[in-house]
Amino acid sequence: MSEHIVKSFDDELSQLNAAIARMGESAQTQFAATLTALRMRDVEAAARVIRDDIDIDALERDIEARAIRVLALRQPIARDLREVISTLHVVVELERICDFSANICKRVIALGTHSPEQWLVEIGELGELAKKQLADVVTAFGERNKEKAITVWACDEQVDDTYTGISRRLIDYMKADPQHVAIGTHLMFIAKNVERIGDHVTNIAESIYYLVTGSVLDAPRPKGDKTSLDQVEASA
Amino acid sequence: MINPIDPVVTTTLITPPPGADAKAATTAAPKMSARGLDFYYDKFHALKNVSLDIAERKVTALIGPSGCGKSTLLRIFNRIYSIYPKLEAKGQVLLDGDNILDPKYPLNRLRSKVGMVFQKPVPFPMSIYDNVAYAIRHYEKLSKADMDARVEEALRQGALWDEVKSKLNGSALGLSGGQQQRLCIARAVALKPEVILLDEPTSALDPIATGKIEQLVEELKERYTIAIVTHNMQQASRVSDYTAFMYLGELIEFGDTTTIFENPTKKMTEDYITGRYG
Repeated sequence: MSEHIVKSFDDELSQLNAAIARMGESAQTQFAATLTALRMRDVEAAARVIRDDIDIDALERDIEARAIRVLALRQPIARDLREVISTLHVVVELERICDFSANICKRVIALGTHSPEQWLVEIGELGELAKKQLADVVTAFGERNKEKAITVWACDEQVDDTYTGISRRLIDYMKADPQHVAIGTHLMFIAKNVERIGDHVTNIAESIYYLVTGSVLDAPRPKGDKTSLDQVEASA
Repeated sequence: MINPIDPVVTTTLITPPPGADAKAATTAAPKMSARGLDFYYDKFHALKNVSLDIAERKVTALIGPSGCGKSTLLRIFNRIYSIYPKLEAKGQVLLDGDNILDPKYPLNRLRSKVGMVFQKPVPFPMSIYDNVAYAIRHYEKLSKADMDARVEEALRQGALWDEVKSKLNGSALGLSGGQQQRLCIARAVALKPEVILLDEPTSALDPIATGKIEQLVEELKERYTIAIVTHNMQQASRVSDYTAFMYLGELIEFGDTTTIFENPTKKMTEDYITGRYG
């Protein structure tokens, strides 16, 4: 878009953009480090992710304060308004994604060296899917690319389906031996957190669509996580 | 006194060219409609084939940079341009279906139906009471009691009654700018018009006085059809139901105000309302 007559308005918007881009990079770094810590059973790396989450929270507050200042002082409208509103949405989603990374890392520490290899491979594959989704949505936001956002939005179903498979197999794993329940529960939460990251990525994709088009993406949301619909079998 | 017969107005009473209506910015229940409207200040072509509706009992904002023709359009709506020589309007402006640009349309009738308030408050150098009663006397013979009632009603509608009821015989020139502007609005509504035209009514007022006028506009639209020219984007977005964006004499975009300010269709509209060119 062309520049504003008041140059300082452009400066404020580009600073806001730069800050949200940093936040996007941080979210990717945190999640990548989380997946590595999980796969390597690296409790020290997991502790670093948890520690760094404090900086992410500070970055979120900074971006929110900048966005509120633009709203208050510039009264943006049309595309400018959507830029600021989308920024406020996206920053919250990214912060939540970082929270999930930190949550996963807490369970990595709790599991220590006890995680079975098979599950680390399976959840690792789920993680790679979500990681690619996150990278794609951050790119789509940086480019204000509606088509890329829609692609990400549609691909969430794949993350959900993969999670559903893992979840069902984890239940079987726990059923097989009560000794597996403690580990299985941690792994279940980890997989669920990865699946939730996918949902927040989808929210970001919807914000991008709104930012670019001015309308809401109102197609039925791809929903692949069907575990909440699974009937509980009677144990007797 | 304004001459009710208007020699300089020339209008094309023929049907607009095919396709002219296709571009018309229409609304559900138009009170006024411009159709294929062109306007000339001597040789300067100030309005170019403008077609739009002013919806009944709604507020329509006309926005655009200086010189875009928005005030010109407003002034055609009550034919006020016709007091100046060398000005010419072509096309149609329909008020309840009648073409007001037709020289046969009586100017007195038009002025009683379409009231106007200007950028700078222009109270007459007389008492507050007489400012309101002046125009009523021109059109109607009322008893003292009836006139008192009409003046009070107009001042109440102008949201000014409580501030001036104890000094109705005081000079209108002693009122503050905001009060003077509300007096002008009261004066306009005293004639029980159907349409009120507001030409940058708050540009000379402070935010408090501006807020009172905006509140007043919201109340007045329950009875009157209102068109407002404003340079203040926030004002247009706050008070209007429909917004027309004009540029260099052309109507660029017309739509409901929410759409224009949240997601305009034309890049030119978006650039203007977001402060990207002047």
